[in-house]
Amino acid sequence: MTRVLVAMSGGVDSAVTAALLQQEGHEVTGVTLKLWGGPQDKGCCSVSDVEDARRVAQQLNIDHFVFNYGDAFDKHVVQPYVDAHALGLTPNPCIECNRHIKFDVLLDRARRLDFDALATGHHARIIETEAGLRIARGVDQTKDQSYVLYMIAEDDLSTLKFPVGEMTKTKVREIASQLNLRSASKPDSQDVCFITASEGRARFLSERLDLHPAEIIDKEGTNLGAVEAVELVTIGQRKGLDLGGNSSRTYAVDVDVPSRRVVVGSARDLLSRTVPLTDHVWAGVPHVGPIEAQISAHSSQAPAHLNSDGSMRWLETHRKVAPGQAVVFYQNDTVVGGATAC
Amino acid sequence: MMESPNLDRLAYLDCAASTPVRPIVLDAMMPYLTEQFGNPSGAHRLARSSRQAIDDAREVCASLLGFDPHGIVFTSGGTESDNLAIHGACGLSGVAACPATEHHAVLYPVQAHRGRIINVTPEGDVDLEHLEAVLDDEVAVLSVMLVNNESGRMIDLEPIAEVRDRLAPRALLHTDAVQAVNWMDIATTASRADLVSLSGHKFGAPKGVGVLAVRPHVNLTAQMQGGGQEAERRSGTHNTAGIVALGTALQCLHESREDQIRRLGLLSERLGERLVGAIPGCHETISKTHRAAGLLQLLIEDVESEALLVLLERSDVMASAAASCASGAMEPSHVLAAMGVDRVAAAGSLRLSIGWCTEDWEIDHAIQVVPKCVEQLRGSP
Repeated sequence: MTRVLVAMSGGVDSAVTAALLQQEGHEVTGVTLKLWGGPQDKGCCSVSDVEDARRVAQQLNIDHFVFNYGDAFDKHVVQPYVDAHALGLTPNPCIECNRHIKFDVLLDRARRLDFDALATGHHARIIETEAGLRIARGVDQTKDQSYVLYMIAEDDLSTLKFPVGEMTKTKVREIASQLNLRSASKPDSQDVCFITASEGRARFLSERLDLHPAEIIDKEGTNLGAVEAVELVTIGQRKGLDLGGNSSRTYAVDVDVPSRRVVVGSARDLLSRTVPLTDHVWAGVPHVGPIEAQISAHSSQAPAHLNSDGSMRWLETHRKVAPGQAVVFYQNDTVVGGATAC
Repeated sequence: MMESPNLDRLAYLDCAASTPVRPIVLDAMMPYLTEQFGNPSGAHRLARSSRQAIDDAREVCASLLGFDPHGIVFTSGGTESDNLAIHGACGLSGVAACPATEHHAVLYPVQAHRGRIINVTPEGDVDLEHLEAVLDDEVAVLSVMLVNNESGRMIDLEPIAEVRDRLAPRALLHTDAVQAVNWMDIATTASRADLVSLSGHKFGAPKGVGVLAVRPHVNLTAQMQGGGQEAERRSGTHNTAGIVALGTALQCLHESREDQIRRLGLLSERLGERLVGAIPGCHETISKTHRAAGLLQLLIEDVESEALLVLLERSDVMASAAASCASGAMEPSHVLAAMGVDRVAAAGSLRLSIGWCTEDWEIDHAIQVVPKCVEQLRGSP
């Protein structure tokens, strides 16, 4: 038996995580992180989610604590998210939360508190390979979350557990129903937990950032219209570009925040082969050669080649990757590394 | 469900959060949970016996708090008493004022009435110069707690009342005495207050009952309307058993307070001295001359109390840090912030509060355990 700390968001995956580890005979303690003090829908860490997590812990008869990481979340997740938009980047706050909160300060605290392991409800697997422990895609490919976990250091994997990664979401809900857990039929969480649906990204950012209007031009430099906030335009975006009745098959293909310009073009103009990358993280040694790459949480993977200069080349032309987005590299279903598009 | 804790081996050092019901109090209230269940507002014999029990408790409270029996309003607890005092005194147009270190049950209602927030000194006392700058004829109520619930800081109401008399003579002076009642004679220390709040469970009565003591000249706007109980100031069927308990507990406290202060003061002093001596980078927030006898707050460098409390609990020490929010998470302390303690230092606060139920071994146990837990957290993982 080991002493396991389970990060319980109040959702069904982490509830079942706690239940499964308890059934395996571990001494399980639940913890819910309070990360965001602002308004929320049913995102993570609202008071009602803490109550759901606490109730599940009571049902399982395990101890439950609430840790307030609001300051760290603000510093490492919310502010960088805002700053990235100011630079015209497309950040992924869930990855930063995993990097700086769950698998850094929380993991550190778990160790200081003498826990042998930290478990979360992520749909991903930790597998043993000849090269060592690796993160692999979860059994339920439609719910796979290995993409947002690529930054976890290899040395930390022996301390982590993702038990629901070994099963489908349907099975997770089945187990929760059998145990009559409060969160059994709770809907999946939204993408960005600190932005409410009613408020929206634009308003959230406008309260924290000076947004600037920009002109929309085509590749030849002809003015086609304007956008209210260049900081909110993402490469590949089609909606929200006021082109004064021009073709609806037009996409943002380049966003230049300093000169306040959005370049639009056809779907073909959006295609590219080479993706410049920065901030690489490797599972084990740096990788060069063929891999499969995934460029957003819910997209599918495509074959690519990792170059020795750190960039990546798609085998077939591919939609341009917005700078700031994470690119995660797989071999078969195993994460071999990841980086940020620049 | 969770097993009930075995109190014989738990060092319970969280009396500022709540205390157990005294056995004598439980005995006194029990008949009003069973055979004496009549509604005290009724007319028959069962009703009258309940009414008499309430009026007995009212007289006890009045006499021990230095108020007229007509001025004792029974409420559901400290928060309701504070809200009734502030909202009730301000009505629709009054302005409220309080120091930045008040409990949120005062701070939030004050803020709702165009609140003027008074600075405190680094030692947690009211900044009298700022008080003078803030008070004027517009202020309807000024609220200053006698003992701070987080830091244990005692505040002398006399100089505050003097400023009030001079600059805002029509302003009512309210004091949240929820913690103070354990550590001082309220009739003396709150003699200048027009309104005094108490909460039963902080001194051996159960949760869910409190008092707002009101001077005869005070006009309060009721916040609960209905059957007109408590002289139209707080409608709602009386919590007979709770009120009987509160009266009994206050009587017990009155009879034992001096001994309790002496006994617990020594224990708390020893606890503070030993922990400060054993833990590098640890000091008391408030010096012992200015803090209530049994309420010790420590600031421990390079430790997050959230984590420390988990380890302490594992070693059977029940304590707390600053105020908790509705989610159960620890919030950065507004009290320490107002005293100028930065957020990082404030994250290492530990409150060890003792009360009538505290035994010597609990202090010894904490003296053994707390330094070890701090050392474990500071070490490399």
